[in-house]
Amino acid sequence: MCLAIPARVESVNGSMAKVDFGGTVQEVNISLVDAEPGDYVVVHAGFAIQVMDEKDALETLDLWRELLEHESVSIT
Amino acid sequence: MDDEMDGGKADEGVLGFKYRNREVADKVLQRLREMDLNIRIMHVCGTHQDTLIRFGMDELLREVGVEIRQGPGCPVCVTTPHEIEEAMCLARKGCTITTFGDMLRVPGTGESLADMHTQGYDVRTVYSINEAVKIARNTDNDVIFVAIGFETTAPSTAATLEHGSPPDNFKVLMCHRTIPQAMDVLLGLGELRLDGFIDPGHVSTIIGIHPYESISEKYHIPQVIAGFEPLDLLMAVYMIARQYRSGEARVENEYKRLVKPDGNQRALQVMNKVFEACDVKWRGFPVIPDSGMKLRSGYEQYDARRQYEDILQEIWDMEIQEPKGCMCGEVLRGVANPEECGLFARACTPRTPVGPCMVSGEGGCNIVYKYGKNRI
Ligand code: SF4
Repeated sequence: MCLAIPARVESVNGSMAKVDFGGTVQEVNISLVDAEPGDYVVVHAGFAIQVMDEKDALETLDLWRELLEHESVSIT
Repeated sequence: MDDEMDGGKADEGVLGFKYRNREVADKVLQRLREMDLNIRIMHVCGTHQDTLIRFGMDELLREVGVEIRQGPGCPVCVTTPHEIEEAMCLARKGCTITTFGDMLRVPGTGESLADMHTQGYDVRTVYSINEAVKIARNTDNDVIFVAIGFETTAPSTAATLEHGSPPDNFKVLMCHRTIPQAMDVLLGLGELRLDGFIDPGHVSTIIGIHPYESISEKYHIPQVIAGFEPLDLLMAVYMIARQYRSGEARVENEYKRLVKPDGNQRALQVMNKVFEACDVKWRGFPVIPDSGMKLRSGYEQYDARRQYEDILQEIWDMEIQEPKGCMCGEVLRGVANPEECGLFARACTPRTPVGPCMVSGEGGCNIVYKYGKNRI
């Protein structure tokens, strides 16, 4: 039930916004976040609960790769 | 975690980004193997459990010395039989009952809200509190929203009461609960050794990282907040293992793309304005101090328990037993796996659920049954 799904904000009208869940457009409440058209938000039970940080999202995998390449597990 | 890791649906990762990359997954598993581990980790989220079982990660991790247990991370499952009986009692009195889908089929002492619907009582499923308010606007009847869910869901209830101007006939039956308090109590019970916690990503989106810190200090246990893709979980396990091996115990954040250290301040503020903490019982647990939320004074007109106090008193006075033979309590505390319940896949199936863990899509029994593993 805590499932939350990413969607792209299409247009904003007060506390509501039209968001695109990969093809399906729905109205959700955005009063809990600062969201603008073009932002990715994560939606749970009809409310956007956070704006996705695109930079962090794109960097994560590279960081992991680096971590795994360079780290030797020598702690015993 | 075979084909689905690499192709098709797998490429849908957020922002077209792959969080199911097989090569990275293999590397993490290799690292874990080199660590020569024998640890047990608990997560408290049905969506984490779904990812773990769906991709067969529980087995892969067991092979490298990591056992994963699901704790009390299913909001439907931890809702008590008393709360279900409260909702059914109000339905019988003629109120319109609205709640999230899975709640309907959880048996109370006998029947469920879904059974009552079949009998003609006004019981409806909603996807969000917005829908419940809309229903209330179009009727004179009292509309009760059974507000279940953790910190992920609670802000939508608070924001609706504070800013949504619901009509006077809209009432809330507060059943929201907060996760860190339950983690603390669970460790305090000391029923099973745990070497780490995978903290729930979407709850943490709201509360941030700080509410978990006292738990790591008190019990010297590593925690990592994790997202919901297979790689998120593998990385979380790896990060916990690193802490474990170096004797550390702190809260790390794997899900930085969504979880900010201070959480969602706007959501926390509106929750704090509308709710105050209260002690509440969880299914399978004793009363957990400050793990519930009740409406503050000023919001009484929306409080179903206050408005229907006279009617609900009989429910509050009732002794209610858990269904006979059901081990949901043990499953929710992580001390038993679903297959250890004698009713699992026999008397209890998703079509004939005995306990909530078989009803809810986030329940441990339902998830194991659904993915066809260990079916008797
Ligand atoms: S299998 Fe059914 S009866 Fe057994 S613990 Fe799970 S929900 Fe309860």
